[in-house]
Amino acid sequence: MNGLPLLSVMTWAPFVSALVIMFGARHRPRLVRWTSVVGTSISLVASVWVYWTYDRVAAGFQFREEIALVPSLGISYLLAIDGMSALMALLTSIIIFAGVFASWTVKERSQEFYALLLVLVTGVYGVFVSLDLFILFLFYEIAVLPMYLLIGIWGSSGQIRPQGIFGWAMGRTGVGTKEYAAMKLTLYLLFGSAFILVGILALYVANGSQSFSFLAFEAMQFDSTLQTWVFLAFYVGFGILAGIWPLHTWSPDGHASAPTAVSMLHAGVLMKLGAYGVVRLGMGLLPEAAVDWAWLVGTIACINIVYGALSAMAQTDLKYVIAYSSVSHMGIVLLGAATLTTNGLNGSVFQMFAHGIMTGLFFALVGLVYEKAHSREIFKMGGFGSMMPGIATAFTIGGLSSLGLPATAGFVAEFLTFLGAWTSDHPWWLFPGVIGAFLTSIYVLRVAKQIFWGPKTDDPHFQHLPDAQGPEWAALGILVFVLVLFGVVPSLAVGPVDTFTGPFLERLVGR
Amino acid sequence: MMTDPGLLALVALLLPALSFLVLAVAAPLRRLGRPAAWFSILCAGGSLAAAVQAWAAGGDDVSRLLWAWLPAGGGTLASVGVLADADSTLMLTLVALVAFLVQLYSVGYLSDEPPPGLGRYYTYQSLFAFSMMALVLAPNFVQLFIAWELVGLCSYLLIGFWYQKPEAARAATKAFWITKAGDVGLLIGIVLLWRQSGTFDFFELRLLAEGGALPLAGLSLITFCIYLGAVGKSAQFPLHVWLPDAMEGPTPVSALIHAATMVTAGVYLLTRTEWLFALTPEVLAVVAWIGAFTALLAAVLACVQDDIKRVLAYSTVSQLGYMMTAIGAGLAAAGFFHLLTHGLFKALLFLGAGAVIHAVHSNDLSHMGGLARRMPHTAIVFLVGTLSLAGIPFFGGFLSKEEILGAVWAGGFVGPFLLLMVVALLTAFYMFRVVFLAFFGEPATAHITATVGAAHAGHPHDPPASMRVPLWILAAMSLGVGISSTMAGQMLQFGPAEREGPAWLMPSAVGVALAGILLAWLTYQRRTIDASSLAAAFGPIRRAALARFWIDDIFEGGYRVGLLGFSRAVGWVDRYLVDGVLNALSAWTLTAGDDVRGMQTGRAQDYVYGVAVGLLVLLLWVQWVLA
Repeated sequence: MNGLPLLSVMTWAPFVSALVIMFGARHRPRLVRWTSVVGTSISLVASVWVYWTYDRVAAGFQFREEIALVPSLGISYLLAIDGMSALMALLTSIIIFAGVFASWTVKERSQEFYALLLVLVTGVYGVFVSLDLFILFLFYEIAVLPMYLLIGIWGSSGQIRPQGIFGWAMGRTGVGTKEYAAMKLTLYLLFGSAFILVGILALYVANGSQSFSFLAFEAMQFDSTLQTWVFLAFYVGFGILAGIWPLHTWSPDGHASAPTAVSMLHAGVLMKLGAYGVVRLGMGLLPEAAVDWAWLVGTIACINIVYGALSAMAQTDLKYVIAYSSVSHMGIVLLGAATLTTNGLNGSVFQMFAHGIMTGLFFALVGLVYEKAHSREIFKMGGFGSMMPGIATAFTIGGLSSLGLPATAGFVAEFLTFLGAWTSDHPWWLFPGVIGAFLTSIYVLRVAKQIFWGPKTDDPHFQHLPDAQGPEWAALGILVFVLVLFGVVPSLAVGPVDTFTGPFLERLVGR
Repeated sequence: MMTDPGLLALVALLLPALSFLVLAVAAPLRRLGRPAAWFSILCAGGSLAAAVQAWAAGGDDVSRLLWAWLPAGGGTLASVGVLADADSTLMLTLVALVAFLVQLYSVGYLSDEPPPGLGRYYTYQSLFAFSMMALVLAPNFVQLFIAWELVGLCSYLLIGFWYQKPEAARAATKAFWITKAGDVGLLIGIVLLWRQSGTFDFFELRLLAEGGALPLAGLSLITFCIYLGAVGKSAQFPLHVWLPDAMEGPTPVSALIHAATMVTAGVYLLTRTEWLFALTPEVLAVVAWIGAFTALLAAVLACVQDDIKRVLAYSTVSQLGYMMTAIGAGLAAAGFFHLLTHGLFKALLFLGAGAVIHAVHSNDLSHMGGLARRMPHTAIVFLVGTLSLAGIPFFGGFLSKEEILGAVWAGGFVGPFLLLMVVALLTAFYMFRVVFLAFFGEPATAHITATVGAAHAGHPHDPPASMRVPLWILAAMSLGVGISSTMAGQMLQFGPAEREGPAWLMPSAVGVALAGILLAWLTYQRRTIDASSLAAAFGPIRRAALARFWIDDIFEGGYRVGLLGFSRAVGWVDRYLVDGVLNALSAWTLTAGDDVRGMQTGRAQDYVYGVAVGLLVLLLWVQWVLA
């Protein structure tokens, strides 16, 4: 556009700051943090700039950058952004920026922690902005792998009692420990990425091994049988990351064991990579199969919504509640996409954003509560509202967004999805969606009442707890502000997304 | 000069929004308490002035201001804005009036509250005023739903204002969940209607409905779903259970939200969409029957309450049933009229009860008595409210009640009509029970000495001026509306002449009310009838009513056993079966790895044997298979 490769700046700034941290800030924790702030600020500014200057009239892919890497195989460094990915990049920037502040108090090996976190973020940006599927896959792996270390080293373990007919196996695998969670998450996601790789290669070969460019694939009309199978591969591969039932069980364990910023980033952004992959690659490249498989995607999404909400209700560990709520909300994302309607898709993409922000906020809050009260046991805590009014208020706002209260981003996303569901080929999808929202109101307010807005407990540990302080406010403030802003002025997000939805659906269903 | 009612209504709407934003963001101001309160009251006062202007300027004109809110497919899916017409500006004025008076009254009522708490209270109050006005002025279903949920949120926040009390925290979530259950219906209804008609806009929908362009197939389901929202919000059976518990909030909140404004939102919604419901008479019949049944059920429950606020709460449920019956009978205007008069006198009653509670530090009727001499102002205004509620001529509720009874009779709903007549009797009875127990008879000094201490013993007194003034204003308005409407009875005819009740209706309704008063007088003042033998005469009903007809227990059981139990089962399945399969797979993999590892012994001989066996197999394979 104007000479400055904005997308590359956005993508690589965290990586560069990770290098600076590793080589230039040894044993200087404050410098580590400020370098991270600077790096993520650059990305934030770049993504806001891209988002703001994105030409909604022209629509399509903009801010293109292209460098041929391996011409013989058709691999090139091709970046561009459209209405959907611009919103996703913005989400990533907001979450990581808040996440840097939320991890301010990490003590152990903070240098490596921040470096890994920033490398991971580069991977996330890369997936959202790459149009070359080979590069996209590389970024995807960069985004997934550091998780193993981040959870395995800085995570926290819990205890789960083995029960049931598979109880013998749980003891064997070490359920509940952070090592287990890290291993489970990594193996599960790598299992998924094997499907993705197969899918990409299948399309590459079918396209005559010319190019890995998304645009080249998009121009192709693939054979229906190939579409059917590749779609399934993408759906399973990316779907695992999006938490589709019954392949979601990595998510509660992983998110519960992960340190605060990692949970924020993982639930807030990485799960969106999965949904983004299903929409962009699965549905975008394989329109016929997308229409044929919509019933499956939507039905599984409905199961996700209700099952996730019920599972969340059953939890006694605060972090597990939030983790299961992600499973439920990701159902809304995929349900919206499966409706194959304008409103449904707008709702789906908006829900990716809304859920990213709200779950980022939730995990930040859980981290803060844990730091102050050293507990995640919901039914042992109580009456924190008077001691930490700021945290309590932020939790309530996040919860309200989660249950789809108007004037928060969650409402608009759910409402659009519901409209889409009722006008899709499977109108009954509306009902699980609405019921899920109702169940959410039950488990969220139950938790809010127990921990914050209820009578105080007698437990001496919980008598004098401080509210959030210093940099912690930054994380909460940003996320709450965004959640409310996009709820009150939804056109901020839906506007650009709408430019993506129209042509996208045109390809799929010709309307 | 601005004379456009739409713009004036917009000003009325935005002033509380401004107050909310300032108080929410400027934490130092909020924590000061009183300055925050006065800022909020100032905004509410300005809002009231603008609302009155809008009402006066409006007449029969309709003013619509719309702004695009939510884009879709290159166009606009939903807008927000203001729809100012005769009904909405009238309702706006009521909301602004009661909100202003309640905010004023609260300064005195909450004088013991620490400053940050007071600031929080006024922040919520401002948000409520804004949301309620946005609901009233909503030009389409989307804004209506947004505001509908926001007033529900404010109700939740204000019921749970004293969240350290376990009952308050419980009541707040209960209220939210129960109304949310109704809102599920409303949301489904809105979505279905949108697909049927292609629009959310009231104006366009009305054109479609009245032009016969709205497909009738499935419309009953849609209106029923929308009605479900009203059932939750306006506390109709069986979702009425949240409203009495909502009395855990501060009394001014009960007056504003749980009597005058928010709970009437359901009635208002059905009034606004009267033309839609007119297309589905079978749903209207349901509305009428449920309304009349709710009215009776709540009136019976009100007779056995000992908590003054709970009597008023059940009375609100009962009166909402009245309004709903009128709507069901096809004369929404009568229901709307009763909504307005009820808003005035019920707010009055609650604020009066608040003054009593403030003075004796108890909600319990047995801790009151003989207060008329000590709190004359309060006693007079409370009596005005009570007579209005009982439907005595020259008081506020008289004509609106007559209108409803007439409409229900004329609509051919004999069953609901009879129920409502019984309710009229019970209403007069239970309200005068309160009046006689609280304001007349012997003072209950024992309790006051025990709780308040010797300093104030036996000296409950009228509230300070900031609380008295709102009481007198509301009393004067109730009387004013009552007198003018009684005198000009014919001028206020809402429906067509054939919807009028027969000539015997008015005397009999008044007679029934007087009978109720007489019964209460004989029982609780003269004690000619022994209260306990009266109770014994209605033994089983009384016991059932004391148990709230077990409806609350059914909800409680459904929640604890049904929902939480089921969720635990799902949680167990997820952890131990769905995830269990995965763990089993990985355990098998680990075990298999261990088994295979046994082959790697590390001894050279074993490997040599292995190589030899492998070579042998290879040779045999080459020999037989390939040959």
